[in-house]
Amino acid sequence: MSLLEIKNAKLKLDDKDILKGLSLSVSKGEVHAIMGPNGSGKSTLSYMLAGRDGYELESGEVFLEGQSLSDMEADERARSGLFLAFQYPVELPGVGGMSFLREAVNSRRKFLGEEELDHLAFVKEARKVASKMFVKDEMLKRAVNVGFSGGEKKRFEILQMAMLKPKVSILDETDSGLDVDALKIVSDGVNAQRNDDNAIVVITHYQRLLDYIVPDFVHILSDGSIIKSGGPELALEVEKNGYAGLINAA
Amino acid sequence: MVATKETIDKVKEVSSTYKYGFVTDLEAEKAPLGLSEDIVKFISHKKKEPKWLLEWRLKAYKKWLSMEAPNWAMVDFPKINFQDIYYYSAPKTKPKLNSLDEVDPELLRTYEKLGIPIKEQEVLAGVAVDYVFDSVSVATTFREKLAKEGIIFCPISEAVQTYPDLVKKYIGSVIPISDNYYAALNSAVFTDGSFVYIPKGVKCPMELSTYFRINEQNSGQFERTLIIAEDDTYVSYLEGCTAPQRDENQLHAAVVELVAMNNAEIKYSTVQNWYPGDKDGNGGIYNFVTKRGNCIGKKSKISWTQVETGSAITWKYPSCVLKGDDSVGEFYSVAVANNAQQADTGTKMIHIGKNTKSTIISKGISAGKAQNTYRGQVQIQKNAKGSRNFTQCDSLLIGDKCGAHTVPYINQFTPHARVEHEATTSKISEDQLFYCLQRGLDTEQATSLIVNGFCKEVMKELPMEFAVEAQKLIGISLEGSVG
Repeated sequence: MSLLEIKNAKLKLDDKDILKGLSLSVSKGEVHAIMGPNGSGKSTLSYMLAGRDGYELESGEVFLEGQSLSDMEADERARSGLFLAFQYPVELPGVGGMSFLREAVNSRRKFLGEEELDHLAFVKEARKVASKMFVKDEMLKRAVNVGFSGGEKKRFEILQMAMLKPKVSILDETDSGLDVDALKIVSDGVNAQRNDDNAIVVITHYQRLLDYIVPDFVHILSDGSIIKSGGPELALEVEKNGYAGLINAA
Repeated sequence: MVATKETIDKVKEVSSTYKYGFVTDLEAEKAPLGLSEDIVKFISHKKKEPKWLLEWRLKAYKKWLSMEAPNWAMVDFPKINFQDIYYYSAPKTKPKLNSLDEVDPELLRTYEKLGIPIKEQEVLAGVAVDYVFDSVSVATTFREKLAKEGIIFCPISEAVQTYPDLVKKYIGSVIPISDNYYAALNSAVFTDGSFVYIPKGVKCPMELSTYFRINEQNSGQFERTLIIAEDDTYVSYLEGCTAPQRDENQLHAAVVELVAMNNAEIKYSTVQNWYPGDKDGNGGIYNFVTKRGNCIGKKSKISWTQVETGSAITWKYPSCVLKGDDSVGEFYSVAVANNAQQADTGTKMIHIGKNTKSTIISKGISAGKAQNTYRGQVQIQKNAKGSRNFTQCDSLLIGDKCGAHTVPYINQFTPHARVEHEATTSKISEDQLFYCLQRGLDTEQATSLIVNGFCKEVMKELPMEFAVEAQKLIGISLEGSVG
């Protein structure tokens, strides 16, 4: 059974067709990369999957571990194990990183029928994970994403992913705004979480992220549907010839 | 009237075991409806007050007759008929119930969310239990500890009898009877309230909380509180309760006076959660309060922290008069207005002494159809050289039918002072909500988290045990306002 199954997804925004029958099947242990030019529907796809208001499917369906997502709100999807690393993580003034993380983790644990972590146990766990991600304690004390550099924001996203242990993670343009060093740290963080039980969907414009997070499958998204799928070599083809060649050939 | 008789008996029974009793007048009957000179005399007589206090009350009453209700606040309500109010009645307790099963389940859910222990829930909901005796013993130990330090903490009606000189000297010294319409009314008819006296050099070893005043709910609609801190003292006073409080009296007009001598510090924290009325504002409490502190002494400090979530209408401006050189005034406020609530609240900082400092941090949250106004005055008088004020007013809007208003008045009569005012208005953005939802928080958790983040600077000023409950309270007050 697929962990994530998108079947013929169609979606309109402001009466404009954005997703035009997109299908994708992601199994346990796999990393998929979705590449596409600007305006191909990449961000719409991630919002649709995460269940953002206004991004409801017109037709088609999405399944997480065989369960249809169509009647599930964004928070239910998240608790069920769907994680979205944001392209632009949102600032929450005054909301401490540690308490935010703890509420998030406990929501997920509650859903899974696990005991909620008390403050001390949580702080210990968070520090352990944070140190692996080169996230300083000091950053967890600050308000979520407020005054964070681009790199810090992305590291904090991946830290959340590590703490929440999702089934399916969607990384939306996680490489944007990162220099090479930051890119390496973030990618290491992601790679450390690859296992046989989860799956990762990397949405990206550029090939360079895929040097660090090496995908099993690469899909080219153009004008709202996947026009070509292949292995990691497909990403290199994009790098060499650009999207135009592929799109014209399709 | 069997119920009332029972109630009186019950209170009597409690008070007989209650050595230092806060309960002052158990023989109380209802005064006739309405307000007149006779009613003022009746109240004073019932409370066996000395002549000077009766005269003071009568003076206030006459003053009140000549005054007009203020109409400058941004609140809208039908004219109050002052002849349709009872100004003195027997202490009333809520109808006694046999167990929590008989309590309104909605109320119980709120208690649960606030994390109030079962025993306290029973007391709050008016279940007939013996726990009252527990509180009595707690309160008694508590008062013994204070007495050792020479601290006086008792009902003001008791202080009138026991410490008449102190009361006479300070009552009305901060808020004169002619100060405003509601203060004049309170002066004429106040029923009870707290009296605190901290003798020279004493740091009060614990937070003084009205919670220990077991018959608090009977203090009525015209509460009067007086706190005096002598030289080199510290006291922290907590007022109110996070649990929702219902009261059949619609109008509440309290007066709170604080006096701080040299190097004295008074920290006054309030959590106000009076019944706000239904979604259309029917039946809620009108909370028209005058609170002011006099920093008389050098290097004295008065700090007001308030979390206001209840009442249909709030009209309240806790203020500081900074007379002593180097004295400090602070005002930290969170005002939440949801549904049909209206809040017009803020502060006055009057700088008279040299090098006086004041800080105002106001966080207004509006949701539903509510209107929330910050109204503040900063006055730097001619001799207040080297004085400084910093004001920050932030408003948060939830939904598109509510309003936030900021009305600052700044009067500066010397060039040798610095006044800063910052104001922002923001909304909870869809992006913020979605971000929280994507992490598995539900809409109510997310709203509570974002709003509490917005209020953080104020919440951290609250004493710890209050802060945790107040955080939950803010979340609960805004339930259903998003999504």
